[in-house]
Amino acid sequence: MKQIKYYFLLISVLLFTAIQSFAADAKQRFPKPEFDTGYAQPFTTAPSPRFLLLEYLDVIVLFVVLSVVTWFVLKKRSRKGVFWTSVFSLLYFGFYREGCICSIGSIQNVTLGIFDSTYTIPLTALLFFLLPLIFSLFFGRTFCAGACPLGAIQDIIAIRPIELPKWVQKVLGLIPYLYLGLALLYVATKSEFIICRYDPFVGFFRFDAPFHMLILGILFLVIGIFVARPYCRFFCPYGVLLGWMSKFSSRHMTITPAACIQCKLCANSCPFGAIDEPIVETGKRRSNVNRLMIYFVILPLWIGVGGFAGSMLHVPLSRFNKTVYMAELIVEHPEVKTDAKNIDVRTFMSSGKSTEQLVLEADQIRHKFYIGSWLLGGFVGLVIGTSLIGLSTFRKREDWEPNRTNCLSCARCMDYCPVKKEA
Amino acid sequence: MSDRKEPKSMERRRFIRSGMQMALAVSLGGVASVSFIKSTSKDLVWQIDPFKCVQCGRCATECIMTPSAVKCVHSFNLCGYCDLCGGYLKPDPNARSTAAENQLCPTAAINRRYIEEPYFEYVIDEKLCIGCAKCVAGCTSFGNGSLHLQIRHDRCKNCNECAIARVCPADAFQRVPRNTPYLIKGGFTKGGTSKDQLKKG
Repeated sequence: MKQIKYYFLLISVLLFTAIQSFAADAKQRFPKPEFDTGYAQPFTTAPSPRFLLLEYLDVIVLFVVLSVVTWFVLKKRSRKGVFWTSVFSLLYFGFYREGCICSIGSIQNVTLGIFDSTYTIPLTALLFFLLPLIFSLFFGRTFCAGACPLGAIQDIIAIRPIELPKWVQKVLGLIPYLYLGLALLYVATKSEFIICRYDPFVGFFRFDAPFHMLILGILFLVIGIFVARPYCRFFCPYGVLLGWMSKFSSRHMTITPAACIQCKLCANSCPFGAIDEPIVETGKRRSNVNRLMIYFVILPLWIGVGGFAGSMLHVPLSRFNKTVYMAELIVEHPEVKTDAKNIDVRTFMSSGKSTEQLVLEADQIRHKFYIGSWLLGGFVGLVIGTSLIGLSTFRKREDWEPNRTNCLSCARCMDYCPVKKEA
Repeated sequence: MSDRKEPKSMERRRFIRSGMQMALAVSLGGVASVSFIKSTSKDLVWQIDPFKCVQCGRCATECIMTPSAVKCVHSFNLCGYCDLCGGYLKPDPNARSTAAENQLCPTAAINRRYIEEPYFEYVIDEKLCIGCAKCVAGCTSFGNGSLHLQIRHDRCKNCNECAIARVCPADAFQRVPRNTPYLIKGGFTKGGTSKDQLKKG
């Protein structure tokens, strides 16, 4: 019975639209009434977002924090100073800014800015990407030591660090390269920002996260008690870039302020396994050189095999793209077209786009994935090949030195060094 | 120390280091300048294009905030002040009244107030609204479409990639400049940007 009202309403709607389509600016089904009682129409409120100047203040805070922590590491050589700076960063960038904006995620903004013509990268995001890298190019990874909130939360929790076997560290240390490559692949194909999506700590900063991410975050923290900074060392994609910069930095921190007295006190001080011991060449020089030559020769092979393996994976990789997923679904299960419960398919069907168009688009995206996964695989192959070369190159080392790529400049080892600064 | 012992190899190492450093600096500068050309000094925030929105209801569930930072807003300029409001009343209501059984909104976040015969005013109580878009669907199909979803920037954390945007079936989410953060119907036309005729709240 009552539905009659609705039908009446619908008919009147149709009538209205028919009549009003002749009128110049009338687009509404029911025109706004003119009130006799002096009714004052309320405003539609529009609360402003965070003030733009505050976003630039974040950049300034980052710069100041980087400067302060670099000063603590290089000049003051103070672990305490580094620690309290990192606590500040945790509070400011972590709990106050709730983990967004962060330098790790900014990789994706920069990549999207390069690959997506419709996206203009905010200057603040670009600066968040550049500042730590520039600092790292001169002073080592001081960003990791005191400015990164993700690093800080793990650093505080590293209570009982155990030393992982070297080969485990080496193998796990390859993951960040893969993660970086995958992140770039998914951004370059305009699919998604996986670094942000799988940030394990952002849920703590916001006190709110999906259940599976909360579990992942807790897992990272629990492991982090024993394996110091697991995310930084074995996952962080930004750490890869920082490591490259730091490796060739002009003023990296040193364990000892003057000459090393070989006391070995610092040997076990590093929870990250980032201190290189003194080494002398072992084995026959001839066979060592031969091995190195072989590794150099098979480097292109690594790249080729990696690229090929990557390209074989381009179909499953591309399924994480919305368009490709939808096209596959509709082609393989045409019955979903009439499934009213599938919101995505329903929306697509009512969008007026033809299935052929969708498949064509998906094909183009998949082709991008094909090229991208060749590059990704080749990159991973190159990383494996060069790390093999790195393992077999011999470089004489007489003192205990920080490994410039992996050292996070946390300054723990400095406390252990008995040598005082030369006057 | 070793400087005196093997000056040549140290010199070579330093040369390689500074060479690599220069190379890295140049490539970093390259990336920076390519990005800088396309950069904007105005930051971006997320917003929903109400003309693309299909009221699927995911805004209520997919936002990292609980309840969602997406709320229904009412563009009063477009409202017909109907008694039989498709956004307020359930289809087939018992009576056109404010009784809970007749309300479409699961949280009773819409306040209906009598103005004059036969007009009623509908105001959203944002504290209660969860962004489920049930009223938006009703208003869009039966009325003027004056009720629509918007991201409320006093609640939005402005994630680098919006969690709702990733799953929005209609691709209605877009990045907009921070100084024009709303796409409120009536304030802008399809494809245009919002005019700042809105009161800042």
